[in-house]
Amino acid sequence: MRRYVIRRMLYMVPTLFAISLVAFLIIQLPPGNFLSAYIAELSAQGQGVDNAQVRALEERYGLNDPFLVQYWNWISGIVLSGDFGQSFQYHRDVADLMWDRIGLTLVLAVSTLLLSWAIAFPIGVYSAVRQYSVGDYVVTVVGFVGLATPNFMLALIFAWISYRYFGESVGGIVSREYADAAWNIGKVMDVVSNLWIPVLIIGTAGTAALIRVLRANLLDELRKPYVTTARAKGLPEWRVILKYPVRMSLSPFISTIGWILPTLVGGEVMVSIVLSLETTGPLLVEALRNQDMYLAGSFILVLGTLTVIGTLLSDLLLAWWDPRIRYQHVERV
Amino acid sequence: MGPLPDRPPPPEAPSAPAASPAAPDAAVGSAANEALPGDAPQRVLIWRRFRRNKLAVTGALVLCAFALVSVFSEFVAPSTPDAYNAARTYAPPQRIHFVDTSDGFDLGMYVYDYRVERDPETLANTYTVDESTKIPVGLFVRGEPYEMWGLFTADRHLIGSSHPEQDVYLLGADRNGRDMASRIAHGTRVSMSIGLAGVALSFVLGLVLGGLSGYLGGRVDNTIQRAIEFLMSIPTIPLWMGLSAAVPRDWNSVQTYLAITVILSLIGWTDLARVVRGRFLSLRQEDFVTAARLDGCGTGRIIGRHMLPSFTSHIIASLTLAVPFMILAETSLSFLGLGLQPPVVSWGVLLQEAQNIHSIANAPWLLLPGVAVTVAVLVLNFVGDGVRDAADPYR
Repeated sequence: MRRYVIRRMLYMVPTLFAISLVAFLIIQLPPGNFLSAYIAELSAQGQGVDNAQVRALEERYGLNDPFLVQYWNWISGIVLSGDFGQSFQYHRDVADLMWDRIGLTLVLAVSTLLLSWAIAFPIGVYSAVRQYSVGDYVVTVVGFVGLATPNFMLALIFAWISYRYFGESVGGIVSREYADAAWNIGKVMDVVSNLWIPVLIIGTAGTAALIRVLRANLLDELRKPYVTTARAKGLPEWRVILKYPVRMSLSPFISTIGWILPTLVGGEVMVSIVLSLETTGPLLVEALRNQDMYLAGSFILVLGTLTVIGTLLSDLLLAWWDPRIRYQHVERV
Repeated sequence: MGPLPDRPPPPEAPSAPAASPAAPDAAVGSAANEALPGDAPQRVLIWRRFRRNKLAVTGALVLCAFALVSVFSEFVAPSTPDAYNAARTYAPPQRIHFVDTSDGFDLGMYVYDYRVERDPETLANTYTVDESTKIPVGLFVRGEPYEMWGLFTADRHLIGSSHPEQDVYLLGADRNGRDMASRIAHGTRVSMSIGLAGVALSFVLGLVLGGLSGYLGGRVDNTIQRAIEFLMSIPTIPLWMGLSAAVPRDWNSVQTYLAITVILSLIGWTDLARVVRGRFLSLRQEDFVTAARLDGCGTGRIIGRHMLPSFTSHIIASLTLAVPFMILAETSLSFLGLGLQPPVVSWGVLLQEAQNIHSIANAPWLLLPGVAVTVAVLVLNFVGDGVRDAADPYR
């Protein structure tokens, strides 16, 4: 097991390196850069642009250096001193801007994960045990629709309903009266009361997928002979189901940790824009649109890193949870 | 793909492996399949099982409707997607009435006209139904002229107002008074085709790379698998957003369309490659492949003639299940303003209009393209699941 852990962690190094390279490549891809966009905007407003000033700015940000030099300056700053560079648009440190947002994103991610587990587990078990019952059909249909509806559609529908029938427009996780308040019990309660709606919306697709996987896995397990044996031995039905089949089919719950973050970041971007939440998504989109390269690149890098860590965690947990995976890997290693 | 249970040896005809000996198991418990289980080729067996699945068959029919709309969008649309009418901004949908009882009993489709009041300050139109004026609606009527497939000009529409001067808005109008029904019909073409094109591209990539990986094994397999793992570890949406932000804004719509397709399939092939590799790995060990090799078949023949036919249906199922993924991705990107750009009309571009609460509050019918997305994704999932289940000889 220890060898597996070490090996698995060593794998992360080249992956992280490649992610950082890709993140930087992506933000370099668009023709022009933030400066040229900025200059275009200035001249569109009829303001003259001083050539010397432009050159000074280019010099300062190293915009004319070759790709690898720019990449090296960027990544060495991050790794060696935690310096993510400056945002062109906000004239602030990228790190400050980012950590503000990533906290909320993580809170959203974790609560979405917990909520989808809490919903998917009982429903998945129920619809497998009572296969082809009315309840199972209802769950299946709802699950399919949940999978098929884009998250932002749900957010839009929700926004419309709350506007139409409750007369209030939705938006923000922190209510206005707490906006500038320091963190206290009242503010935490307020955030929790506003959080459940986006969490529910973002979690729909994931929950639906979990239910379907759990149901399919559990159905496979329930058909196996050891279940019949347990039943023949006279075990009460709930023990027959919970003792082994459910345990065996729980692995997808653990692998969720790995993919919840990327899917969440994806789904969250749209939902956050519609519900105007202050998470990473809207800022990332804006940064990409404005070619605010250090901001966008750092976001992609940090989110990618979090994803890799999430995958690592879920792989390790899976190996710990399921001896079959553990031994299979040990053999291969 | 888990290890398959012991597979019976292949039948005499290698072109239809898994057909005869596996079939009786699959046919157990179904009266319809008990006749001729051994003689029917795999295709027929799959078709029989598929037909029994009501959900999948319904899905396939709805899918056909979507396909027809996307092929004949100009004709199906009551108007053109760009025809606008400033007097009809945010006009609500008009309900079609079939029976006219105002003076006796008449059959025939018609809608009621609007009574429009313009707010002098905000210039917003408010609409009320004017039951005194009727606009007749007919099939195959003359309307806005259009270029059919860019080949010839026509002005026949499947459905529309048969009054020469009055328009009908069956699904409402957007902020420029453009007909939503027409825009959705044209969006169907773009969104469905981008899904298909993206899948076609990732199909080629996935089949070639997954096939190489599974068949050759060893170092090639390792490299390709690492690449796939890497691509999968990058959060998809930021990657897509980054790449689509890189598409130059001054490209014309066809170029953007192609670029977005390439970007979508750049990530989409990984899943398919994994499926193909898994099938190759499990088939490589099969006796009939060894037999073919001992018979002196070349690699190309073994793959094309012996291995591929036994998992074509799996590939078809994976492809069907990959299309909705592409459609959702395109919709999301365009919704964010990073995908296709107006004047191209796709479901995502249309939903961009519904992004702020004011337009949804005034005109909830702007959300209708989202309903189209949901239905399309839903039926594609049903059909894909149906094909997968029908193609699985062990169920």
